[in-house]
Amino acid sequence: MRSTASRPALVVLACCLVVACSSTPDQQQLEQQQEQLLDQQLQQLQEYPEPVFSADRVIPIDAIDVTSVYDPWEPMNKRIYNFNYHFDQWVFLPVVRGWRVVVPRPARIGVRNFFNTFRDVRTAANSALQASPKKFFQSLGRVLVNSTIGLFGTIDVATSMGMPRPDEDFGQTLGHWGVGQGPYLVLPLLGPSNLRDGLGELPDFALQNYIQGNLLAKPLRATVFLFDSIDTREKTNFRYYETGSAFEYRTVRWLYSTKRRLDVEK
Amino acid sequence: MSNNNILARLLLGHCLLFATSLVFGAVTVKDYKFPIKDRFVATVIGTPAELKAELPTAQQIKFQKKRVRVFPERQVPDLLWYGEELYYSVALQENPSPLIFLIAGTGASHNGGKNVNMARAFHQAGFHVVSISSPTYPNFVTAASSTAVVGHAEIDAEDLYRVMELIWSELDESIDATSFNLTGYSLGAFNSAYVAKLDEEKQSFNFRKVLLINPPVSLYNSISLLDRMTQNIPGGEDNFSQFFDKLVKGFSAVYKQQDDIGDDFLYKAYRAMDLKDEELAALVGVSFRMSSTSLVFTSDVMTDYGYVKPKGLQLDRYADLSIYDQVLLRLGFTDYYHNFFYPFYKSMNPDIRRDEFISAVSLTAISDYLTSAKKITVMHNEDDIILEPGEINFFNDVFGERATIYPFGGHCGNMSYTENVDHMVRTFTSGAP
Repeated sequence: MRSTASRPALVVLACCLVVACSSTPDQQQLEQQQEQLLDQQLQQLQEYPEPVFSADRVIPIDAIDVTSVYDPWEPMNKRIYNFNYHFDQWVFLPVVRGWRVVVPRPARIGVRNFFNTFRDVRTAANSALQASPKKFFQSLGRVLVNSTIGLFGTIDVATSMGMPRPDEDFGQTLGHWGVGQGPYLVLPLLGPSNLRDGLGELPDFALQNYIQGNLLAKPLRATVFLFDSIDTREKTNFRYYETGSAFEYRTVRWLYSTKRRLDVEK
Repeated sequence: MSNNNILARLLLGHCLLFATSLVFGAVTVKDYKFPIKDRFVATVIGTPAELKAELPTAQQIKFQKKRVRVFPERQVPDLLWYGEELYYSVALQENPSPLIFLIAGTGASHNGGKNVNMARAFHQAGFHVVSISSPTYPNFVTAASSTAVVGHAEIDAEDLYRVMELIWSELDESIDATSFNLTGYSLGAFNSAYVAKLDEEKQSFNFRKVLLINPPVSLYNSISLLDRMTQNIPGGEDNFSQFFDKLVKGFSAVYKQQDDIGDDFLYKAYRAMDLKDEELAALVGVSFRMSSTSLVFTSDVMTDYGYVKPKGLQLDRYADLSIYDQVLLRLGFTDYYHNFFYPFYKSMNPDIRRDEFISAVSLTAISDYLTSAKKITVMHNEDDIILEPGEINFFNDVFGERATIYPFGGHCGNMSYTENVDHMVRTFTSGAP
């Protein structure tokens, strides 16, 4: 009972944090940060013999780094990125492989549909917060169809009926009302994010917890959380360091930030 | 006069006949229904989803990632710590079956789209499939390249051969192979030709058949062509960021309209953006450059050559690399060739000369072998964008009937097209097992 009462407080706190942290314009910060970093690096490089092609020689002064992203916590983020790789190797991916062996494919699809129904609830809630009736009714329709005809969400009847599946979360809701992404952030276990979206996970998680708490018996809830995590990892094809490129962190950072920007505009 | 006239006609007729036989010695494909006639569009967006060969999925053929340590004593710099072991993929049969090695194209990995597609086709046709990254893939450079400076035809072939022997020695315990076969696309096809030649000496595999799909003739010519494509950026290379913005906006517009990035996403994006041929060429050039930045940087860090990273500077795994990425995006592959690749090998062997060295990295250099090696066949496209004008005739001259030239498809754009997939598979299933 006590934990239920603290949840709204958590949500409010999260919102305040987000607004406080990411309401400053990203572009200005970005340019300042870039200049500082470049200066630091160039100074450090002067202690070494000049390479065949140095930055001084090749990069024009007014050049724009088209794939740059505001990332003041880069050193910490890279360490978490590294940690996530090891967690994947030793825990997450072996569990996913075991899951594939033990649970037959039709059952895995059922489990995925079950969790997707909760995501549809999340989308419906966030569409309401974004004042977007179209997405709200689309996702609410899915929830109603799938949780009844679709046997508690285990069969995705809605998609077979051709109902579109919008995907909205609290990070996008904040973005919709003008909150910037804030600094790039790699979350432990969850991977690429940013301050806005990372904090946005909290109210979404609280909502899901609240619904599941009312629907499921307590011992079942921990299992459901575990299955949800395994299912999420299984459907995410991304593997840390798989491209082999030393620039992978930069590429992923840019792709994630661009995708999130588009998801908000969508 | 009239006699002369007849003679002239006969001579002319003979010449024409001779000329025709020269031009059409290779099998040119008629009634080819591949729908994309523009070479750049074909290269960029490939085969439309509904015209792709129907194949089992990667999960259905149990396409699995594996790894092997090629140089046990090798110390990889901390920045590239994840690259000590070589990754490859297999899809195996339960019964004794022929085995086929696949070599990926420039910058591509063992589990990249084109290799996975080929694996699906060959596994369905009853082959054990072993899929290997291109020597130009960063993981190959760190884990399996003997010099860590790739692009040298013979050394790359030796490195690939070592890897293939090692993989087979591991697989040998669990499966039976009735024969060994080899194929690759683009640079992987070029590598395959040199690997086949090396196999004649070493005889570890005695390849039964080898298929080269869209190989370059001269590596230097092809990379120069690709380098020059970035000059098609509207307003020149200095306008790279504006061009990049335009592409991102185009993709964004399409992305926002649909639920997910499906098979036909590229095609829709292309249609929506209405790109001109020059812009498509620029896109090819830019993506080639982006994939070469990781390759060149990997070689630079592995050898401490001092190309863009100062010699002696140790970067750890958390180091900020934006400066090097930005420098490399402004350099072409020909810069790498002249200022890193050539001087690197020159320092190992002072006798080599620049022009000879460049011409040695070509199929022309081994054309005698290719003429005599009846096991090798070629599948190519008349309008391939990585060939200089006239270079396509090389395949006709050297391989004759063993070369099949399709009229369209650009560079590897038709590899998933039903007719081409059938061709690939038929090449290896026809004749004695």
